[in-house]
Amino acid sequence: MSTEVQNTETQVKEKKKSEPLFSKKNIQVLKDPLNDNNPVTVQVLGICSALAVTTQVKPSFIMALSVVFVAGFANLIISAIRNTVPNRIRIIVQLVVIAALVTLVDQTLKAFVYDVSKQLSVFVGLIITNCLIMGRLEAFAMQKKPWPSFLDGVGSGVGYGLVLLFVGFFRELFGSGSLYGFQVVPQWAYDAGYVNNGLMMLPPAALFLIGIYIWIQRALNKDLVNIS
Amino acid sequence: MEHYVNIFIKTVFIENMVFAFFLGMCSFLAVSKTIKTSFGLGLAVIFVLLITAPFNYLILNFFLVKGALSWIHPSLADVDMTFLSFILYISVIAGTVQLVEMIIEKFSPGLYASLGIFLPLITVNCAILGTSLFMAERQYDLAETAVFSAGSGTGFFIAIVGLAAIREKLKYSDVPDPLKGLGLAMLITGLMGIAFLSFAGIQL
Repeated sequence: MSTEVQNTETQVKEKKKSEPLFSKKNIQVLKDPLNDNNPVTVQVLGICSALAVTTQVKPSFIMALSVVFVAGFANLIISAIRNTVPNRIRIIVQLVVIAALVTLVDQTLKAFVYDVSKQLSVFVGLIITNCLIMGRLEAFAMQKKPWPSFLDGVGSGVGYGLVLLFVGFFRELFGSGSLYGFQVVPQWAYDAGYVNNGLMMLPPAALFLIGIYIWIQRALNKDLVNIS
Repeated sequence: MEHYVNIFIKTVFIENMVFAFFLGMCSFLAVSKTIKTSFGLGLAVIFVLLITAPFNYLILNFFLVKGALSWIHPSLADVDMTFLSFILYISVIAGTVQLVEMIIEKFSPGLYASLGIFLPLITVNCAILGTSLFMAERQYDLAETAVFSAGSGTGFFIAIVGLAAIREKLKYSDVPDPLKGLGLAMLITGLMGIAFLSFAGIQL
């Protein structure tokens, strides 16, 4: 096992091309957080913002994109400078890198999608304190090479985004009868007495949905039972 | 005076950081296994909030907002540096948390050991940064900011001790295996959130 690891490491050192960018190991790093090691439902990271922005699909989608961007590049940068950062001040260094990336995202959102940026309100800024990003930096980027770290960041971001979209989908569908802003439930249904479920627009609904998501996921995959 | 009491009650109950905005969820779910540790974490959060939010208020209003720098030189009156606010806020918070960590380690090693990794993680507790960001968004003045931060800290404290108490009782219940732990904690938090929604009818 250890020789194997050494082999791949020397290979990477000798020649970038000797290990293809999307080798099996790297694909695994990318795919793992999508289900078996999902940041939200298994590692309990990044729940705060996963719940608050999910009343509709559109803000969830933008939030997910922002987190993928920040997680990927924060992992890449921290992994690239990991050997030069003294251990004692690493948290502050990590936070500054994350904060700079989030400022970029915030200004971009304000410039191009102002209405969504207003809707997300403080939650764009709160990506800084999204434990998902800090957690991945501590657990992965501080030890691994830049490219796998980047993939891990993107994978974690996408895994986070999947949960966000799941919650956003159901909350918008049942809460306001639309999807991504388009009306899905037809008018005649309302005329016939269908009413939107007001609970779905309230904060607790997000918690119930994630709770149920975790329940289903763990029922399907017995390995995850009793993790936390 | 009444105005400040209103802000306090509003942030503790009606707009509780945990149940209305989901801030601080990560440590809220992870540290709420026993009442003792959650009690310590709650106190630490109140303390950190009381220092950081007013401090960030001063930074925002004396350095960052447009025209704030004019006390240095009149020619700086047009400088708007609010885009730097995230980085400065988080630096203040990280520094304060480091301080609190050293104080707790010195005076209460038992609590220090039981809080473990979650003490440095207060830095990334969204409730702390969220309070500073809400303070800026709602344009509170200094006294309002202090009351607001005390309120949001107390709200977090009540929420986490409450959840820990429920989870201690739940240890003796027969729960389906896949739902144990995180899943159940989520559902309980949702139910507590609904309970807190009942405060929404209060007119202040």
